[in-house]
Amino acid sequence: MNSEQLLERARQLVAEAGHLASESVRLAAEASETANTATASQVTGVEPFIFGLTVLVLACFVGYYVVWRVTPALHSPLMSVTNAISSVIIVGALIAAGPAEMNFSQIIGFFAVVLASVNIFGGFIVTQRMLSMFKKKR
Amino acid sequence: MTNNISAILYLISSICFIMALRGLSSPDTSRQGNLYGISGMVIAIGTTLALPSVLSYEVIIAGILIGGAIGAFIAYKIEMTALPQLVAGFHSLVGLAACFVAVAAFYRPEAYGIGNFLAVNPISMIEMALGLAIGGITFTGSIIAFGKLQGLITGEPLVFKGQHPLNALLGLVLIALIVLLVQEQTVAAFWMILALSFLIGVLIIVPIGGADMPVVISMLNSYSGWAACGIGFTLGNSLLIVTGALVGSSGAILSYIMCKGMNRSFFSVILGGFGGEIEGTADRTQGDKTTKSGSAEDAAFIMENASSVIIVPGYGMAVAQAQHALREMCDILQSRGVNVRYAIHPVAGRMPGHMNVLLAEANVPYEQVMELEEINRDFSQTDVAFVIGANDVTNPAAKTDPASAIYGMPILDVENAQTVLFVKRSMASGYAGVDNELFFRDNTMMLFADAKKMCEEIVQAL
Repeated sequence: MNSEQLLERARQLVAEAGHLASESVRLAAEASETANTATASQVTGVEPFIFGLTVLVLACFVGYYVVWRVTPALHSPLMSVTNAISSVIIVGALIAAGPAEMNFSQIIGFFAVVLASVNIFGGFIVTQRMLSMFKKKR
Repeated sequence: MTNNISAILYLISSICFIMALRGLSSPDTSRQGNLYGISGMVIAIGTTLALPSVLSYEVIIAGILIGGAIGAFIAYKIEMTALPQLVAGFHSLVGLAACFVAVAAFYRPEAYGIGNFLAVNPISMIEMALGLAIGGITFTGSIIAFGKLQGLITGEPLVFKGQHPLNALLGLVLIALIVLLVQEQTVAAFWMILALSFLIGVLIIVPIGGADMPVVISMLNSYSGWAACGIGFTLGNSLLIVTGALVGSSGAILSYIMCKGMNRSFFSVILGGFGGEIEGTADRTQGDKTTKSGSAEDAAFIMENASSVIIVPGYGMAVAQAQHALREMCDILQSRGVNVRYAIHPVAGRMPGHMNVLLAEANVPYEQVMELEEINRDFSQTDVAFVIGANDVTNPAAKTDPASAIYGMPILDVENAQTVLFVKRSMASGYAGVDNELFFRDNTMMLFADAKKMCEEIVQAL
């Protein structure tokens, strides 16, 4: 009876091992699939908003360290030059004014181009005027 | 031009803007910095014009020429004393331009690839609404600040009952409208956001006035940056996001520096109502204390025989346009071997760094112009402190009197100088409405006159 029982037990074990093996293959396949989708989302699936947020936060850090190094004597030119560069919003205005056909958006875009241009020219020129006063004398 | 190339050009443009700010770390590199800024702008505009969707060059170039001519004209004509108004006015234009771009994006979202009319994807709609709201607040807020600085409306803080609850309520309504806009996508909600943010812009600036104006300008500077940022998110343009963040953080840091210069918390400035209401106290104490007043000849005699003089200029000097006469006076003193320097308080003037520009305009070498931390200890070894058009920033009550409105504010220690000369038109208190006990000290001599006239008279006496 011992040998018969042993044989029976061995058969059971073999079956179980086979079962386990197939199970592990299935799990591996599933895992690799999950991994694939994960990589895919890292490459293409990030929301543009998150991408923009990354840029925003990094730029805030850059701004923080750069602005603290500005000498207090030049705080007025700092304000006028930041004013001038914030008019880079003209990029949005140009796209709005861009289409060949006339419509409401294009007219609004045109006015935005005018406003931003006032700022760009005015801001940079007044900054230049101020900075030219800070030349070493004599 | 492919999208990748334009993205790289926008990146170069962002780096130029960073270099523009970096250049301002010293006067020697600053002009080069400004050139970086201009190049960055040229690259940004050129790249955008080369986009395939931009076709109407005649209209655009006409717009740039009209705006550019107006801007250049104003920038060449403006007096340096009027700089704060100019900057406030320019901020309002950025705000309005941001609103216009948001309106254009709302009516033609296809142009920006964010959906169709009244079917914009929700995240873009939130970003657009934020750009619109911040732009609107910047626009009207800056107009009020401009009016106050230009003297078109009273500079006194306007406070009324229930002001803060009203502002809080309007803020909540604004948020509710943005949620409504995103969910329902209606034209009415869009325009209501714009109207409401215009109203909020007015209401948050009217209670702030007087000595807090430098904070207001810096704050609006910051807002104009965040408005650009909001539009940058809508357009998915990293150049706008980077630039907006640079400007936004720059304005925020300047606001912080200004608040620290007055030892006031940012929130107490925002809540407003500081200064003005205690204006009447000046006359009260005059009766029982005596001041020593002198003439231009006395002042000339004292300074001539001094070995070192520190000039403390304030906004009063700028108002009287006395900077040129002052510089002439200092030149004569220097030619007679007197060591002359200038001490600038962080909040002197009506915007950050205003006093430095005014002195630079009068040809004062910037090496002679010192910041508070650099020079404050030297007052004790100085013969004469010549205070011209400044008051609160020299008031020792800031250190000794906890009940004073300006208690805790860093001051220039002119009291430690051997002799203090105050050029003032009258005994009136400063913007903070606080009496200055220095006026009544034995080593103080008051020179009652218009700042410019006094300087000219001293020049003659020398």
